[in-house]
Amino acid sequence: MHSIPGRRIIISAFLIFLLLPIYWLVNMSFKTNGEIVSTMTLWPHQPTIANYMRIFTDESWYSGYINSLKYVLINTVISISVALPAAYGFSRYRFLGDKHLFFWLLSNRMAPAAVYALPFFNLYSAINLFDTPWAVALAHCIFNVPLAVWILEGFVSGVPREIDETAFLDGYSFPKFFVKILVPLIASGIGVAAFFCFMFSWVELLLARTLTSVGAKPISAVMTRTVSAAGMDWGLLAAAGVLTIIPGALVIWFVRNYIARGFALGRV
Amino acid sequence: MDKTVNQKAWFLVLPVFLVVAFSAILPLMTVVNYSMQDTFGNNQFFWNGVGWFKELLDPSTDLGGRFLASLGRNLFFSAVILAIEVPLGIVVALSMPREGWSVAACLVILALPLLIPWNVVGTIWQIFGRPDIGLLGYTLNSLGINYNYVSNDFDAWATVIVMDVWHWTSLVALLCYAGLKSIPDAYYQAAQIDGASRWAVFTAIQLPKMNRVLLIAVLLRFMDSFMIYTEPFVVTGGGPGNSTTFVSIELVKIALGQFDLGKAAALSLVYNLIILIVCWIFYTVMTNAGADRAAKQGAA
Repeated sequence: MHSIPGRRIIISAFLIFLLLPIYWLVNMSFKTNGEIVSTMTLWPHQPTIANYMRIFTDESWYSGYINSLKYVLINTVISISVALPAAYGFSRYRFLGDKHLFFWLLSNRMAPAAVYALPFFNLYSAINLFDTPWAVALAHCIFNVPLAVWILEGFVSGVPREIDETAFLDGYSFPKFFVKILVPLIASGIGVAAFFCFMFSWVELLLARTLTSVGAKPISAVMTRTVSAAGMDWGLLAAAGVLTIIPGALVIWFVRNYIARGFALGRV
Repeated sequence: MDKTVNQKAWFLVLPVFLVVAFSAILPLMTVVNYSMQDTFGNNQFFWNGVGWFKELLDPSTDLGGRFLASLGRNLFFSAVILAIEVPLGIVVALSMPREGWSVAACLVILALPLLIPWNVVGTIWQIFGRPDIGLLGYTLNSLGINYNYVSNDFDAWATVIVMDVWHWTSLVALLCYAGLKSIPDAYYQAAQIDGASRWAVFTAIQLPKMNRVLLIAVLLRFMDSFMIYTEPFVVTGGGPGNSTTFVSIELVKIALGQFDLGKAAALSLVYNLIILIVCWIFYTVMTNAGADRAAKQGAA
């Protein structure tokens, strides 16, 4: 195999660069504010879990996580279920305006959230969805649905056409073929698409913050409260940050074997 | 693979069309509506025609000056991070271990920054970079380098760029890695028999195989950096002064801060138009590259 010289050093250095800021965040989350402000210590000398306890016991904190997970899950389910048939349609058939439609979808994935913040606020207030997880879930569809279609189209195209034809000859109806044959065949693709929907909905802040006020406030918005009259509560902020990394890390661990192919959107 | 023409496929695509139309076309109509009007508050609007657009593109007005300055900063930012992240991502992908448990470990660590909420990315770098409590800021300052991203323009820029490299280089690396994985061993063996140099292997085998994924990487990185908002907002708040105020930050300031609906809407439309044009260029290049490849395979 051809490998580049010094590749162990390069990859190790890069991974350390990635982990260093995260290590610092974890380090801070176990410190008291007194220790953070007074001395520079590479590990907590008086380790404390008070920051975490506060998040787990204060409802205004932990409900932020629940709210975030709610809209992320609703969004993932909606995105995948509407994207599956569309991906099949784009992959197998040509129809009037298909290329334009695909481009239009793609362009929505690229639309800046800042443009939509205010109109979304008006729209969801008008239909009484403001401050519910549904508003954020639907708003996030604007970038997740096109992405899911894009990924799934790649995976459906990898399934040979003969399989469809054989199934129809065997007397499968279209819905039955779809559920019984196609979906199991592209299960890994669905996993990858779900992973991406989860990821982009989980990391987004601007729309989630604009479309909620009290009842459905996401954790990212709750975190902005740590600024108080007494200054920043760094330890608490760090602990909340660490807790937002954990769901992502768990999801990565489950899809680790598909990550590379998934990031190439099924198109290698 | 030949596709059959079937207009009924529209029924398969219809749900997606409806969902995206609901959240894209309806709001955009409101934006177009606002962009032509002015308001004195109390929901009283009057017609302003293309007034806002004229102001927006004229650098001598307040609005135009702010927009064009933030656009310039944003384009410069995108250019810098593309110039760093694309080559670095390729090098990292080429350095990935080939087999064993370390592959999974590397992939997981690489993907980690991508799954951190964007405001937390900002928080992480804030905590990491502050001169008083941050490891980076403290170390630099004790080495005698006067580093403070809150008061110094250059330091603020450096922090935002390094943060973006930290956050997104993995995406480029993972895409390239996927491209590299698809190269059959036989290609390398052939290269070895021919006595090809390391550089020749890279330019003749690996780079062409990564073409497609690299295009996706450049597209995603350009777009996402062009609409960056949360991370610099958390770390620098657009400052010091306006030095790291990118287009999205300026837009949110005008729309949600000052509630200047007409100005914000006009800015939104121009912003969207730029993105649409860039997107269209990439899409055309991408489909043409795909068609070329299909034609070559057909000929071979």
